[in-house]
Amino acid sequence: MAGPLGKDLLGLAPLSADQIRLVLDTAVPFREISERAIKKVPTLRGATIVNLFFEASTRTRISFEFAEKRLSADTVNVASAGSSVSKGETLVDTARNLEAMKIDMVVVRHGGSGAAKFLAERIESNVVNAGDGTNEHPTQGLLDMLTLRDRFGDLAGKRICIVGDVLHSRVARSNIWGLTKLGAQVAVCGPRSLLPNAIEQMGVTVFNRIEEAIEWADALNVLRLQLERMQAGYIPSLREYNRVFGVTSARLEKASRDLLILHPGPMNRGVEIDSDVADGPHSVILDQVTNGVAVRMAVLYLLAGGKPELAEAAKKGVA
Amino acid sequence: MPNKPTTVLDARALDRTLRRMADQIVELNAGTDNLVIVGIQRRGVQLAERIVRIIESQEKVTVASGALDITLYRDDLQTVGPRPVVGATSLPWALDDQRVVIVDDVLYTGRTVRAALDELADFGRPSRIALAVLIDRGGRELPIHADIVGRRIDVAAGQRVDVFIEELDGRDEVEIASRDEEG
Repeated sequence: MAGPLGKDLLGLAPLSADQIRLVLDTAVPFREISERAIKKVPTLRGATIVNLFFEASTRTRISFEFAEKRLSADTVNVASAGSSVSKGETLVDTARNLEAMKIDMVVVRHGGSGAAKFLAERIESNVVNAGDGTNEHPTQGLLDMLTLRDRFGDLAGKRICIVGDVLHSRVARSNIWGLTKLGAQVAVCGPRSLLPNAIEQMGVTVFNRIEEAIEWADALNVLRLQLERMQAGYIPSLREYNRVFGVTSARLEKASRDLLILHPGPMNRGVEIDSDVADGPHSVILDQVTNGVAVRMAVLYLLAGGKPELAEAAKKGVA
Repeated sequence: MPNKPTTVLDARALDRTLRRMADQIVELNAGTDNLVIVGIQRRGVQLAERIVRIIESQEKVTVASGALDITLYRDDLQTVGPRPVVGATSLPWALDDQRVVIVDDVLYTGRTVRAALDELADFGRPSRIALAVLIDRGGRELPIHADIVGRRIDVAAGQRVDVFIEELDGRDEVEIASRDEEG
């Protein structure tokens, strides 16, 4: 028996609009828990969750860890550096070994696209994708949508433009899948070298000039320029990128007062976004961080449950 | 063929019952000082709001109130799976030294009240917590009892108590129905 999201959360592409709405609706009351003096509910007491991070990520891991701890789960963090993975153990071997220690859920971040699905098909525990290669980052997509929905109410018809390195971005894909399912109009804007071929086939509009995107959009989701990938010559220079595609306060002067600026972080201030924009009145970047914990609590909650054998064992005093 | 639901309280009887419960709450707490009335989501919240309005109008005071959603404190998540949507909890910030009255529509196994007590403990240390329920149908699985009861009725295990509230259901009524009947 699986919960209303099924056994795993691998991406937003496989979810229905109703399932996405359910996560967003569920996340709203979870925000209140983080406001309490005692920021903890006993919902996942007794559950063990492993955060399996094969790629460095501080904020996503911490956000998941806060979510897990606020639901009273026991958590273990495994990073690839220093673990058996650095000695050549495979993803599945690592997960199976952990599973043999009787865990309930795995949160996985991996550099390979499809790694979360690969794992989910081979282990019994619930799997949450915390970012796999250039495929999806579903909880980031969900927290972006929650942030937008807080400001706009219904997302149907709203115009959201994703700006920057769409080519390498799993956040962009999760946003495109999720937002279009909720009826938003989605566009992308960036240098052609950083847009996937045939991106239009995902149902998005393409803007070549940031000024056009700002004029069109109700919200800009500004992506991090993945500097570690920029050695391959995708753009001439960071300075030129900022000059042509940077979201600057000068450009926002022409924007509507209600234009929202999102950024999944970490930000390259002065490259894809200027500091006075990141900290300015259009920015909802810190709301995204707050919503991240609530959305992850909602996802863990909705994936949990539905294991009657555990309840039976608990009643007999053997669990 | 299932039997027709039996009406236990009609609208007038329900109103009278709530007025009596409001009087008992004031009496139990020797007034309204430091009184906080908290409804359990969902129908307990509407009943608590009505009781608060009755007390405020009779005593000419303002009574603090709140709502409690106990979904995240249930002990059966592994059995039943998550509820589709978690409701809101909103309580006055400081419950320390307050006299809290929990209000719910039906008292059955006692597990909801246990969860509510756990949740309240996360918000402070009231000087006293009392329980007021519209219907006590028996069938307790935990050692919990109500301090104030609107109506005590014997209901067989195969039957269900349905509380209908104007604000949510368009009518005020309490019925006993067979479990296989739609509520």
